[in-house]
Amino acid sequence: MNGAQDLGGMMGFGPVAIEQDEPWFHAEWERRAFGLTLAMGATGSWNIDMSRHARESLPPAEYLTSSYYEIWTKGVEKLVVASGLVSTEELTRGRSLSEPAPIRRVLKAEDVPAVLARGGPAERPIGQPARFAVGDRVRTRNMHPQGHTRLPRYARGKTGVVELVHGAHVFPDANAHGQGEQPEWLYTICFSGQELWGEQADSTINVSIDAWESYLEPV
Amino acid sequence: MGHNHHHDHDDHSHLSGIELRVRALESILVEKGYVDPAAIDALVETYEVKVGPRNGAKVVAKAWADPDYREWLRTDATAAIASLGFIGRQGEQMVAVENTPDQHNMVVCTLCSCYPWPVLGLPPVWYKSAPYRSRAVLDPRGVLAEFGVHLPETTRIRIWDSTAEVRYLVIPMRPDGTEDMSQEALAELVTRDSMIGTGLARQPEAMR
Repeated sequence: MNGAQDLGGMMGFGPVAIEQDEPWFHAEWERRAFGLTLAMGATGSWNIDMSRHARESLPPAEYLTSSYYEIWTKGVEKLVVASGLVSTEELTRGRSLSEPAPIRRVLKAEDVPAVLARGGPAERPIGQPARFAVGDRVRTRNMHPQGHTRLPRYARGKTGVVELVHGAHVFPDANAHGQGEQPEWLYTICFSGQELWGEQADSTINVSIDAWESYLEPV
Repeated sequence: MGHNHHHDHDDHSHLSGIELRVRALESILVEKGYVDPAAIDALVETYEVKVGPRNGAKVVAKAWADPDYREWLRTDATAAIASLGFIGRQGEQMVAVENTPDQHNMVVCTLCSCYPWPVLGLPPVWYKSAPYRSRAVLDPRGVLAEFGVHLPETTRIRIWDSTAEVRYLVIPMRPDGTEDMSQEALAELVTRDSMIGTGLARQPEAMR
């Protein structure tokens, strides 16, 4: 969706605010928000694409005025309600008002190292060969789906070159909406700065995105 | 703060809106048995104490010192990095990109905050914020200048927007005058920002 998360190429946010000797967290609530987001992710109640979509579908004004871990917190709130694990009334009241819903698993402290080490690999076996090869020229589709996508607006309808072929990966546009993983070949596509930003752009820059096969058409 | 703070029932009126909101959410999830607060503590401790850019610095120093390792990193970064014990979440599939006098690499995630956790830890706030995410792809030289990095005009700049689950690690250029340094000493020259591409490796003089 064309939400506020899709920031590439926007202007007016000011300089990068660099903090020397930055701490990992800036407040205790950030630690808890981080930990409970990961712990709830480990329950298997939703996948990482649903999690990203929950954050990215916040209204643009709210997304842009929320801090990072506020966005994460709001994302988890949306997901627990959508999954039937918590009611909106419980969130409002700040306590549990009903029996818990069934949940696939609960992350135990002693399992944290193994769960993090396993991670969540996105590569999958696939039946058909890759449509594109390194060096091929491709054009990204001009598309504006209402749902989740990883094709940023600045790189839509642009011509680039296949630089890397990564294997087949879970397709977020489907997986974020509970439509299964539908793995597709994933490619790194490199564009010139001028293709993306016009003739006045810096001719010494190149930008790549990682794009799933259905984002691409041959040139 | 201990993991059982959700059992507190003291006056929370000093807490901000978001503090209360997170506290309420945790307390509901714990009360329902979906979340073990000790697991939250363990997750936080992992990324606050155990994982960080020192991991990535070891990878870079080894690549500088060991040509065979460097070649392995080029062809299969996931395996080469895993061989040093850096594996797992947000680093399941790794690609290492090497800086040269002709090309400087810089990593961004314009859509969210994708970052190679096993080698760099959690990203700094600026990496996750609108100014960097919006301009890294449009005006990388301007962004680099804000980090105090001024590259020759002949150096091409290559931006890697991490839009999928592949994670990128920049291998900065090895500074001159470091031929006799051990891998441990070399790792001290490798900063977090140099592995994102918003900085360069430290010069050995800066360490004396």
